[in-house]
Amino acid sequence: MRDKLPLALLIILGLFGLTDRFLPHPIAEGFNQYLRDTLLRIISAFALILGLGNLILRHTKKIQKKEEHWQHSWVLLLSFLVASIIGVFGGVNGELWFPTQVGSFHFDITTIYNKVLIPLGATMFSLLAFFMASAAYRAFRARNWLAVLLLGSAFLVMLGQVPLGARIWSGIPEISQWIMEVPNTAAKRGIELGITLGILATLLKILAGIERSWLGSGR
Amino acid sequence: MKRLGVLLVATLLSLGALPVGAQEGGGAFQNRTNLPPPTEVTAKDTPFDGGSNITVTWQPAEGAIGYRIERAPEGGDFEAVEAVGADETSFEDGDVQNGVPYRYRVMALGEAGEESGSGVIFGVVSRPQWFNGDLFGVAIAVLLFASVVVWYIQRARRGEELFIRRIAGLEAVDEAVGRATEMGKSVLYIPGTGQISEMGTVASLNILGEIAKKTAEYGTPINVPNRDPVVYTVAREVVKGAYTAAGRPDAFQPDSVHFVVQNALAYAAAVNGIMVREKPATNFLMGPFHAESLILAETGASTGAIQIAGTDQVPQLPFFIVACDYTLMGEELYAASAYLSREPLMLGALKGEDAGKLVFLLFLVVGTLLSVLFGIDAGWILSTG
Repeated sequence: MRDKLPLALLIILGLFGLTDRFLPHPIAEGFNQYLRDTLLRIISAFALILGLGNLILRHTKKIQKKEEHWQHSWVLLLSFLVASIIGVFGGVNGELWFPTQVGSFHFDITTIYNKVLIPLGATMFSLLAFFMASAAYRAFRARNWLAVLLLGSAFLVMLGQVPLGARIWSGIPEISQWIMEVPNTAAKRGIELGITLGILATLLKILAGIERSWLGSGR
Repeated sequence: MKRLGVLLVATLLSLGALPVGAQEGGGAFQNRTNLPPPTEVTAKDTPFDGGSNITVTWQPAEGAIGYRIERAPEGGDFEAVEAVGADETSFEDGDVQNGVPYRYRVMALGEAGEESGSGVIFGVVSRPQWFNGDLFGVAIAVLLFASVVVWYIQRARRGEELFIRRIAGLEAVDEAVGRATEMGKSVLYIPGTGQISEMGTVASLNILGEIAKKTAEYGTPINVPNRDPVVYTVAREVVKGAYTAAGRPDAFQPDSVHFVVQNALAYAAAVNGIMVREKPATNFLMGPFHAESLILAETGASTGAIQIAGTDQVPQLPFFIVACDYTLMGEELYAASAYLSREPLMLGALKGEDAGKLVFLLFLVVGTLLSVLFGIDAGWILSTG
């Protein structure tokens, strides 16, 4: 019963998902919309409570047991607590009763998001440039003829994207464009076709009850 | 801009040159000019849609600079619905009620402000359809593919031995988990940064089940940080189930599967921290990834861990290829759980998937040849309207 009920629900709702694109009728569309927008949101809200509970318990345990780097857990728990109090009692823009301003210094949730979280995210994102350089260095080492081919096409594509390429020879941007539009697109479409069929086959396996790992039954 | 001009002209005409001699009941309206009316006017319920839509078509009138489409409910007056340019010959009216009969006519607009109306089309009713006939070819293709997969599953059910192609990245899974066991370090499994509604995440969770069984058998700790709370709850059940299936329910550590944060870049920072501090011997990056893929893969590579990645996000594949030891490309991600479990029915489905792909490949080759050699457009087979 533990497996059968979720499986039965999945088969019924999964079939609706599968036929979504084929059924334009407002009743079918409305039901699918309800599943995607309303039901999934309710499940997500409950799961978020479980997730946050897990986060707090995990780090509380780390502090209690003085595990390695337990000090980091204090940073997380305190940040979590402060942000929660400001968010719940101060409102999104500090419109509730909790004071979120001292003089001209604002610390409401929107300000924290804009002035702390976004710059931190941008910092992480900017690391990509350095990671790309190190990854490109490894990828472009001409170890065999395939790597040489990759190096050559990458060089031409990059050169074709900057004005210098056209200054050297007017054909470079055209070659660059051709590489992107013909072999690159062909390879991408081939992979995408495989992905689509893979998705369909996985869906069939799940609907047929062959694939059950996601149920946590261990089968 | 041209459309706006036509609309302006149409509005002025409606106000200034009121339809002298406008007729209802099928008669064409024409003011005192030689501008011919649009001919062969049709108004029909738009096929294969969700309703509330009527398509009006007409043949162009010589000398017209634009057309005004007019609609009236039964017993009501005509109102302008839209004005379109001279090169248009059809219009979709998406502002109608289902089941209500409407009348339509099309007015040709002349350069000097004259207009000439078509005959009236009566009793046009919009209705929603249950099946999108434009996707008939796709539906047949899906059914064909499903039949091939089911046929192979049946063959596997009968106990037939099925040959499965070799996938290097999946053959290395045992070695990767074994390496972590020998080094006394953990296995880090990142189930992508997508949501549970993405099939890539579901495929990743299926792979997680198989890998968790191996870590349970080898007694190797596994660490599964999650970005999405729903994925976290499912991943936890999957790992717990895998440990039970492997006969080691006692070895399951509830904290091994944990929620981190929903923000993708913050998640990348947290997982990078795990990689750098705990230095897992093996990193699995399976599922949908986005901009953070290279941040994770490069950090993992810098720690010296053996890395096996797989994603269905095509733009992220090059990053994984350069930064990881093995990469499952696209559909290999979906094949992985069958490949790892070696369960006959799953292998049958995998074999069916490959055969289905072959059928599609043949269609592509035949379609391309028809198009290149004979100029025949075979696109209608899978037309999406």
